[in-house]
Amino acid sequence: MKRSIIDLWVGIFVAIGLASVTFLALKVANLTPQSDSNSYTLIAEFDNIGGLKVKAPVKSSGVVVGRVSNIELDTKRYVARATLTLNGQYHFSRDTSAEILTAGLLGEQYVGLVQGGDEENLKPGDRVQLTSSALVLEQLIGKFMTSFAEGNNKAAADAARAETAP
Amino acid sequence: MMLDTLFAPLRKLGHSTINAIWKLGVMSRFLLSILTHSGQSLLRFQLTIREVYFAGVLSLIIIVVSGLFVGMVLGLQGYNTLSRFGSADALGALVALSLLRELGPVLAALLFASRSGSAMTAEIGLMKATEQLEAMSVMAVDPVARVVAPRFWAGVISMPILAALFNVMGIFGGYLVGVVMIGLDEGTFWSQMQNNVDLHFDVVNGLIKSLFFGIAVTLIAVFEGFDATPTAAGVSSATTRTVVTSALVILALDFVLTAFMF
Repeated sequence: MKRSIIDLWVGIFVAIGLASVTFLALKVANLTPQSDSNSYTLIAEFDNIGGLKVKAPVKSSGVVVGRVSNIELDTKRYVARATLTLNGQYHFSRDTSAEILTAGLLGEQYVGLVQGGDEENLKPGDRVQLTSSALVLEQLIGKFMTSFAEGNNKAAADAARAETAP
Repeated sequence: MMLDTLFAPLRKLGHSTINAIWKLGVMSRFLLSILTHSGQSLLRFQLTIREVYFAGVLSLIIIVVSGLFVGMVLGLQGYNTLSRFGSADALGALVALSLLRELGPVLAALLFASRSGSAMTAEIGLMKATEQLEAMSVMAVDPVARVVAPRFWAGVISMPILAALFNVMGIFGGYLVGVVMIGLDEGTFWSQMQNNVDLHFDVVNGLIKSLFFGIAVTLIAVFEGFDATPTAAGVSSATTRTVVTSALVILALDFVLTAFMF
């Protein structure tokens, strides 16, 4: 076989390989050119983070603006401290609130940021002051049960009073 | 006499254990000598390119076709399983992750071992049987540098490319079944995939895996060829050994690498 034909085929082969890797990186892994210098971190402390995991998205109005980069337990006050790495093009005011939300009924949990009204923005490394914890299903059911039982008692008492009073 | 027959199986076990360890040692020294003799195959890169043609380019068709079918089967089976849990939307992520992390590198390496590894062993073994390797030595051409090293590097270069192509074809096959045939939403298919696949953890680690497989398979292939008994039967059994050993080594190495990486 002629050398030039072999060269051509090997060239095609390597080009196919490069194209495959590019395809995997861009289309499958959705690599967005986002360098580390173009991002900043915020700290948010929650009483309970529920099922939040590292790499969970941080969304504002449903738009992904960053990722949860680290979660740890603050052993002094026993609250969960989540580090949020946000895209550098998005800035939030100092009274922004963070809450842990669930995508869909059983979907993954994410951090939702709601912009406040303060004119000054949060600086890198700042702490988000207003946070609300994740909803834990058991606690929710527990609350519902107690309020339901209280409601029942009240209704029964009302009915009894209505009967005794002529 | 009595003791002899009693100890015979034990002696056999000991012999095969020693043989296996001895072979491992010879193989590592062989790898070392390939590495120290690769100067020529990298300087006269034409030698390596020729072998990339035979090992890599000629494997393209089998890789493309098997990748496509594996992806399509993953699409069908994955859809069946996921739809029982009402999460058929995650099909794209399932197909991409299983291919990138596991099936792509492993299946491509198994195919590569049986398609190109066996060919390398047979070729080198026949060169040995027909005394071409000795002839080279007589002419002061080192057979390791001239014959073995280019094939080794060709295999190491080809394997990740073939694995990447296998992944792409598999994902395309999953797309064909999931979106075109079953009728899942195209946007959901891709966005689920993109949300769940990480460039470093999934794509790059999969390719690193296939690089290791490439080294292992090609080393076994050239070693078995170089080590073959120079007869027709010897070459045939060396070829068989290449395929069997490569398959076992790929699967064992896969477990070790997966445990380390993910």
